[in-house]
Amino acid sequence: MKQLTYPFSPEAVRELKVGDMVLITGKLFTGRDAVHKYLHDGNKSPVNLKNQIIYHCGPVTMKDKKTGKWTVTAAGPTTSIREEPYQWEVIRDHGIVGVIGKGGMGQKTLDACKEYGCVYLHAIGGAAQVLAEKIKSVDGLYLEEFGLPEAIWELTVEDFPVVVTMDAHGNSLHKEVENSSKEILKTVL
Amino acid sequence: MTKKVPAKRPASKILSKKTIKKPVPKKLDPKAQTIESLLELIRVTSTEIPDDVAKTLMKARSQEEQNTTASYAMNIIKDNIDLAKFKSQPLCQDTGTVIFFVYHPPGFFQNAFKELIKKAVVKATQKGYLRQNSVNSLTGENAGTNLGEGHPSIHFYEHNKKEVEIKLVLKGGGCENVSTQYSLPDTTLGAGRDLEGVRKVVIDAVYKAQGKGCGPGALGVCIGGDRADSAYNAKKQLLRKLDDKNTLPDLAKLEKEIVETCNKLGIGPMGFGGKTTLISCKMTHANRVPASFFVSISYMCWAFRRQGVVLDKKNTIKTWLY
Repeated sequence: MKQLTYPFSPEAVRELKVGDMVLITGKLFTGRDAVHKYLHDGNKSPVNLKNQIIYHCGPVTMKDKKTGKWTVTAAGPTTSIREEPYQWEVIRDHGIVGVIGKGGMGQKTLDACKEYGCVYLHAIGGAAQVLAEKIKSVDGLYLEEFGLPEAIWELTVEDFPVVVTMDAHGNSLHKEVENSSKEILKTVL
Repeated sequence: MTKKVPAKRPASKILSKKTIKKPVPKKLDPKAQTIESLLELIRVTSTEIPDDVAKTLMKARSQEEQNTTASYAMNIIKDNIDLAKFKSQPLCQDTGTVIFFVYHPPGFFQNAFKELIKKAVVKATQKGYLRQNSVNSLTGENAGTNLGEGHPSIHFYEHNKKEVEIKLVLKGGGCENVSTQYSLPDTTLGAGRDLEGVRKVVIDAVYKAQGKGCGPGALGVCIGGDRADSAYNAKKQLLRKLDDKNTLPDLAKLEKEIVETCNKLGIGPMGFGGKTTLISCKMTHANRVPASFFVSISYMCWAFRRQGVVLDKKNTIKTWLY
């Protein structure tokens, strides 16, 4: 089990390799479909994402009526491939060093990871409670107008469990499994 | 009020045994009681995995090799199942399309019941059992209530029993996106208009879903029907218990064969590679016109949220169906 601790950097994520099981401690910013399209369209990010990790997640959030404080009650990853058209540009223009999601991403993102020093970290899809437990505080909410699941949530996490499935050296576990299963598929069809 | 309805497997801190034996005597009017029962159904569906699914997942977990990413994934899945139940919070943040199947005696007032379902859905959303998850497809607006055109999805069936039975499936977007429909023959797969062709397209669908549908997955399949009914009947197969056996020998055999073959693909939990790619395949069929041969596949993620209740005369929950 490896540790990835805030502040993050391209140098630190280049140390990570496909298959590494990693615990992240520090900051995460959620961002999914609406945010990626927004950033891709050239809009300025409401928060500086340089050397940050973006998390493909639309959390279930509750606001305390008395204190106005937010808590995240469920926070698993959403399918990342939907952001494939946008992700490489967001990595390039905003200096993101990590992308957390599920299902992996395509060649464009893999190339961007290699070129700019970024890594794709696979969280366990559907494990919304285990992952929400690792969120220690909600530090910010941006682009609320996209709806709460689609907004950017600034979170502090501790020992957030992920698996490196695309590293900064051009390796992708998703590609490997796809190729090996394809060979087996040929024999059973 | 929440103590009125007996919880399925109550966390000890919420309900003591004493509470179960002596329900709060406060009487709700029939409508309010129905809403309470529906709310409890939604809560349990969103926060607890049905026993048959849990059992299958735990068996799959024990079969993965230790210290692999696959066993890592299955361990987190187990922790998540335990934690969601303990905290009474959604297993997965995508609480999905909310699909009700209501089985009722003759003379039942469907429209009135629909309104009660909607009220329960709004309440469940406020309580965080459901995410604000329903978006207007034209405007992109999210009303935050889970109500809107076509949502929740409610299906009624008349049955010969005196009681009302309600089944609920919460179907997340990730697994719905990899659900699919094939039209046979499919020349690229060499799939003809027979059960062998069906087998090929179903395996192809599982191969294509890799990584995306939160595996290990479970399938509902319908062979035949028009495009719409075929897709709907495939989804309805998800109501079957995983350990039941198809009454049609041909389909029973095919279900088993598909699970075994898919588990040879090595896709594994989350697509990390591993032994369990599929935990179940349930199949049905519907007549088709001679010109068409559709095969519909409804893919369900490991967070298989399905529950059901029977209501008694007072609209309280009498029994849990899964």
